Amino acid sequence: MAKTTKATKATKNTKTFSVQKLKEQYMALKTDTQFANDRKRWQSNGKGFLIGLLKFLLIVGVSYVILGPVLGIVTSSFFSNADNYNPMVYMIPQEPTLERYSKASAYLDYWKTLSNSMIYSVTLMMIQVFICSMVGYGFARYKFPLKNLFFALVVVMIVIPTHTIMLPLYMTFANFDVLGIIRLIKGAPVNILSTPIPVYIMTVFGCGLRSGLYIYIFNQFFRGLPKEIEEAAFVDGAGTWYTYFRIMLVNAMPSVITVAIFSMVWQYNDTFYGKLFLISDDLIISKKIAGLTANIATNEKIYDPAIQQLYLDAGIVLVMLPVVIIYVVLQKYFIEGVERSGIVG
Amino acid sequence: MKKKKRKMTLTRKRAITGYLFIMPWLIGFLWFYVRSLFMTMQFSLNVLEVRPGGGYTLTFAGLDNFIYAFRAHASFKQILTTSVANMLIDVPLITFFSLFMALLLNKKFHGRTLVRAIFFLPVILNSEAITDAMDLARSMMSGGMSNAAAEVAEAASSGVSIEYYIQMFGSLGLPMGMIEYIMGAVARISEIINASGVQIIIFIAALQSIPGSMYEVAKIEGATGYETFWKVTFPMVMPHIITNVVYTVVDSFADSEVVELAYDTAFTNNNYGLSSVMSLVSTVITCLILVIVCRFIQKRAFYYN
Repeated sequence: MAKTTKATKATKNTKTFSVQKLKEQYMALKTDTQFANDRKRWQSNGKGFLIGLLKFLLIVGVSYVILGPVLGIVTSSFFSNADNYNPMVYMIPQEPTLERYSKASAYLDYWKTLSNSMIYSVTLMMIQVFICSMVGYGFARYKFPLKNLFFALVVVMIVIPTHTIMLPLYMTFANFDVLGIIRLIKGAPVNILSTPIPVYIMTVFGCGLRSGLYIYIFNQFFRGLPKEIEEAAFVDGAGTWYTYFRIMLVNAMPSVITVAIFSMVWQYNDTFYGKLFLISDDLIISKKIAGLTANIATNEKIYDPAIQQLYLDAGIVLVMLPVVIIYVVLQKYFIEGVERSGIVG
Repeated sequence: MKKKKRKMTLTRKRAITGYLFIMPWLIGFLWFYVRSLFMTMQFSLNVLEVRPGGGYTLTFAGLDNFIYAFRAHASFKQILTTSVANMLIDVPLITFFSLFMALLLNKKFHGRTLVRAIFFLPVILNSEAITDAMDLARSMMSGGMSNAAAEVAEAASSGVSIEYYIQMFGSLGLPMGMIEYIMGAVARISEIINASGVQIIIFIAALQSIPGSMYEVAKIEGATGYETFWKVTFPMVMPHIITNVVYTVVDSFADSEVVELAYDTAFTNNNYGLSSVMSLVSTVITCLILVIVCRFIQKRAFYYN
């Protein structure tokens, strides 16, 4: 440090300009290791700072792209009519109102639809966890002929888009019959569309919403557990089912939680099966929200689409809220679950 | 001899137990998937009429449905090609964007959990109604529908025209196709971000599974950050790129316009045969793309162990 100041002092003192002197000073600076070190440090500090800033800006920007519309929906759901027509109002309403929420929740029949929807997705989730863990365990621990072929079929099931088979599914459940038994009893195949039974039947047989993925996750997880646990259980005289229920499933808790959460949230959000099987809107809130705008518009005689949109925003917030609460509370399990329980092979 | 026989029965016993465990899925798969796939193929070769009392009649029509879809249908070919093209554009973008973000988020910093939670949010809020409303909110926030025309006029009058910059890059020697690709990528940045939640998490997990000793070796050997990325990080996450590509392709096809068209054709226009043709063709194309891409990457992939 001292040497550097000396060098700068020297530059200041020279009033007569000469090339020779300049060269000397340049050489002095060049050979000055202290100065070189300082410069390197400043450089790397500056570089680190710039990279950090760039990263920060990128992350903030991307987060904004994701959160922006959510914020927009939440704030505009509080707008009153005056706020909506006032071009000066942006994001923060001047005369906030809860009227949108009261109307939206009335037309959605919120608490009843929500509890129906929750019962629907929770029961399906429980079936999903039970069946998929069983199948995953079977694939992970037992050897049987054609096992590799069957497991390849599980992967095929993940890959094939559901829409390929939507028509046959529709036809199957419109004229539902199991090996001619129902025809024998009732005389004709029954139509079980517009009830949630088709979804339950498909889930029980391991073909529900994204069941293939869950089977895959469970299989990966069970394969990672040590075999000794089961051997110990076997030696101690536990039967197959006892081992599976009381020992393996307990050990697989992380993946059980992951699958449970995902299954529930996705089932809650799903409208594809709801639409395909014509399930009543009162059972699936994410399907009911689609008709909310039209309902409010005709019954309340609101003709401006911009105002209709405000009601829809309030409805969306109401539908999103349970999922977001679940997500915030169990956030850790969501992400760690994906990381740990073997979507990554 | 006796011992061997007993061993045989044990393996057989275990095999039977194994079958019992997978039985529900196996029945379901045969019942809902295998049967349905055959039915879809059958429908696509027939004219299907729903009988009033329930049930349906099939009249064999040969390849008429296929010919109609490709020769006479107003929008099928166009929608199919745009869907496939969109997917082909999106897949590399999403893959590289999520790898990039995973590299950023992999390092420890304050608020990492929060940022990860935000990035994962689109996966949770993937309901159809919610995403539709969000799209609308997004366009409202970036000017809204009423302002769009005004903005265009303003841009035209202010002298800053994007065309000029495109021309400039063009005259720098960058190929026009690449510029258009980048422009397209910038225009759909929000879609890409929203579609890469799961992929980012998978890549983060992949990055964390790389043993630290590899980086130590690279450091001791004097590799720069750039070299470390291409020689250590990239080959190690290569297998997970396949996982991510498969996930992205399936996900982007599940809510593409072809699916909507097939749905409308079946349930609004009651043309079940044509709808089956559409589903079948799009599925076959998806599978082909998956197979080709996986082959392509697998040749270059490096498997640790």
